[in-house]
Amino acid sequence: MSKEVMIDVVNLEKSFGKHKVLEDISFSVPKGKVIALIGPSGSGKSTLLRCINLLEMPDAGAITINGKTMDFGILSLRYRTTELAAFRAETGMVFQSFNLFPNMTVLENVMAGQRFVKGISKDEAELIARPLLAQVGMEGFAASMPQRLSGGQKQRVAIARALATNPKVMLFDEATSALDPQRVAEILAIMRELAQAGMTQVVVTHEMSYARDVADIVMFMADGRVVESGPARQVIEDPQEERTRDFLKHFHAGCS
Amino acid sequence: MNYHWDFGDVLHYWPLFETGLGYTLGFTLISAVIGMVTGALLTLLRRSGWKILSVPAVAFVEVFRCTPALVQLVWCYYALPVVLDITLSPMMAALLALSCYGAAFYSEIFRAGLDTVDIGQWDAAYALGMRPFTALRRVIGPQAFKIMIAPLVSQFVLQLKNTSLVSVVTVPDLVYQGQMVASATYKPLEVYTTIAIIYFAILFPITQVARILERRYHV
Ligand SMILES: Nc1ncnc2c1ncn2[C@@H]1O[C@H](COP(=O)(O)OP(=O)(O)OP(=O)(O)O)[C@@H](O)[C@H]1O
Ligand SMILES: [Mg+2]
Repeated sequence: MSKEVMIDVVNLEKSFGKHKVLEDISFSVPKGKVIALIGPSGSGKSTLLRCINLLEMPDAGAITINGKTMDFGILSLRYRTTELAAFRAETGMVFQSFNLFPNMTVLENVMAGQRFVKGISKDEAELIARPLLAQVGMEGFAASMPQRLSGGQKQRVAIARALATNPKVMLFDEATSALDPQRVAEILAIMRELAQAGMTQVVVTHEMSYARDVADIVMFMADGRVVESGPARQVIEDPQEERTRDFLKHFHAGCS
Repeated sequence: MNYHWDFGDVLHYWPLFETGLGYTLGFTLISAVIGMVTGALLTLLRRSGWKILSVPAVAFVEVFRCTPALVQLVWCYYALPVVLDITLSPMMAALLALSCYGAAFYSEIFRAGLDTVDIGQWDAAYALGMRPFTALRRVIGPQAFKIMIAPLVSQFVLQLKNTSLVSVVTVPDLVYQGQMVASATYKPLEVYTTIAIIYFAILFPITQVARILERRYHV
């Protein structure tokens, strides 16, 4: 495998009970590139994202991130919680519902990864956290409790929190779906800056214009399978598959 | 009613009440500590995801939740030694029964507290790379604890009151000593009034502190 590949997913499978949610998923993402996952509700986008950082344990297949490989199947049983935690620390994740820790201030949220995962002192963690808060425009809210923030502000803090452990890959699960339209643009702008800075990203999104303009690769999923995958502009503007075309019809605003 | 109240004789036996109070508080504290530790363990077993562990834990909790504490106490004292062919002192039987009874209820409180924390909090903690224990300690625990304060205090209060049952198996707690004093002085009215006042004097402040804590944590 080339050194340039940051994420490599091979033959990934996942079922919930008898319901097969992911079937034979394979794709790879070069370092510094952005892949957008699109597809109808229930197609398995979130599950795939959660499999990449092992919030869901895949049933079969393999995932390589930054050169570290995890094999799944009978073999998954041998992984200890410390190994799973170490693998997860390579990726940062941003959720649709923010999931900030309500028992901590904004600053403490951003310091949590450094302090409780990497075991770094409070002072050092603060040196890392403050610039990140500034980067997302939230430096004035360091001492606030998350409950006091608006949705857009919460999501900016959540991005800073995820970045604080210095992940190699950022995962976004509909990071803007719970936000007002004006706030959406702010979050997308931050994600765009990250892309420009060379962060590898996997983005589940319903923002087709973002997928087209910022993502390098777009992957269309349906019923747990990859239907079509390719250069972003091509998949959005000139999809080859009937199902992709049907799906994109609902987003005419995004593919003018 | 022209009953002539006279606490003189009763207060003459004050040292007995003190001893009784010592037993009552001691039994309450020890059984609360054992109960909470066991309760926490039961909660872990119930959440382990392995049926071999979770089913017995649930069974234990339900048995002790669905039978009266008095029955458990008497059973531990009279029946358990026969079943296991051992001898149990009244103290041990009483402590065992009260601890198990407490464990069942504390476990239920812990479980309910953990369940009220949004599942997304676990996701976020794990996504940062926290191990399960770290997530519990830093993220989930502090949030669950706020919810658990009030039920924990009421359970503790119940536990203190339930300790009065140990007098049935001749553990010399406050009530048992009261019975002694009552039969010595023929003044049950004064004796049981005194006991009620002592219980109240201990429990009322506890419930008030609980109320303050609850208010502070729920802002
Ligand atoms: N924990 C779970 N247990 C059982 N079934 C689940 C679980 N999580 C997801 N599923 C099922 O898996 C399928 C894929 O869900 P997933 O959330 O990955 O879809 P999605 O593409 O993200 O959809 P959406 O656009 O609505 O977010 C759905 O049918 C869902 O009901
Ligand atoms: Mg989803």
